[in-house]
Amino acid sequence: MSPNTSADTHAQASLKTDLMVYVGILVMAGVQIVLAYYSPGVIRMLVVAAIQAYLAVMFFMHLRNEKSTLRLALIPATLFVLVMMNMVWADSYRLILMKPFAK
Amino acid sequence: MSEANLTMGHDAGVMEERPFSIPSKKLVMWLFIISDACTFGAMLFGYGYLRNAAPDWPHHFGAASITNVAIMTFVLVTSSLTMLVGTRKAKADDKSGALRFTFITVALGLVFAALHLREWMSMIHEGVSLFHNEWGAPLFGATFFGVTGLHLAHVLSGVIALTVVALGYKRGRYNADDIEIWSLYWHFVDLVWMFVVPMVYLLNVAR
Repeated sequence: MSPNTSADTHAQASLKTDLMVYVGILVMAGVQIVLAYYSPGVIRMLVVAAIQAYLAVMFFMHLRNEKSTLRLALIPATLFVLVMMNMVWADSYRLILMKPFAK
Repeated sequence: MSEANLTMGHDAGVMEERPFSIPSKKLVMWLFIISDACTFGAMLFGYGYLRNAAPDWPHHFGAASITNVAIMTFVLVTSSLTMLVGTRKAKADDKSGALRFTFITVALGLVFAALHLREWMSMIHEGVSLFHNEWGAPLFGATFFGVTGLHLAHVLSGVIALTVVALGYKRGRYNADDIEIWSLYWHFVDLVWMFVVPMVYLLNVAR
């Protein structure tokens, strides 16, 4: 097999993967709309959005092809900051229920 | 002095390899993206905080709005795909192909912005503005326009940046790496929209 043919095959395989990820993200966007009408819930919506985001970061932004040191430098720090922001919920519930997480 | 001269100059033999094996400007774009992700995260957490604490938060997005949002999502995700193809063409030294797909991406970004403005105008006509809301909680307008406005500003910035980089690439001022680096930004804008749609629109549909 000549190098060009090998490169063409690789490019076709990459395009196929891109198209599959593209369709997957659109299907999940559709699932979110269905959920909004039949089974709304913040957690469900965010789980689907997180899967979409994972696909976008790994396949569209090619983070899966980068060195693992880059992934380690970027992902845990970002997730840590976003997870720490969850501390706002107790105060948000207090405003409406006068007690954090009251039933 | 270019980065190539800096790393391949007199000290090339003693300089260490880059720790992440990517160009410095690509690392800077990644750092910008994670800081911007935290900015959008803070905006969405602030939105969630107020939505949670307001008893009269409006659930007012009807079928027309949701259809519009679905079309906007389709346009933006498709623009990510065209940007991806444009980047591949640039990496394969197919200059005309790279430019064609980058400008298709720019056009799709403009379509997205136009659809977004149409959505805004219909809401403004219904009495929702930054400081006023006919539908209930007064802060709804401020948070809605704040979150979606920040995203729209990113889309428009991306449209301008991609146009400048594509024209520079055409003239030889920029190379395939620059196209790839700005494609990261564009995919990030797409990624943020995946969180804005459920948080701002889909959890507030009219029933």
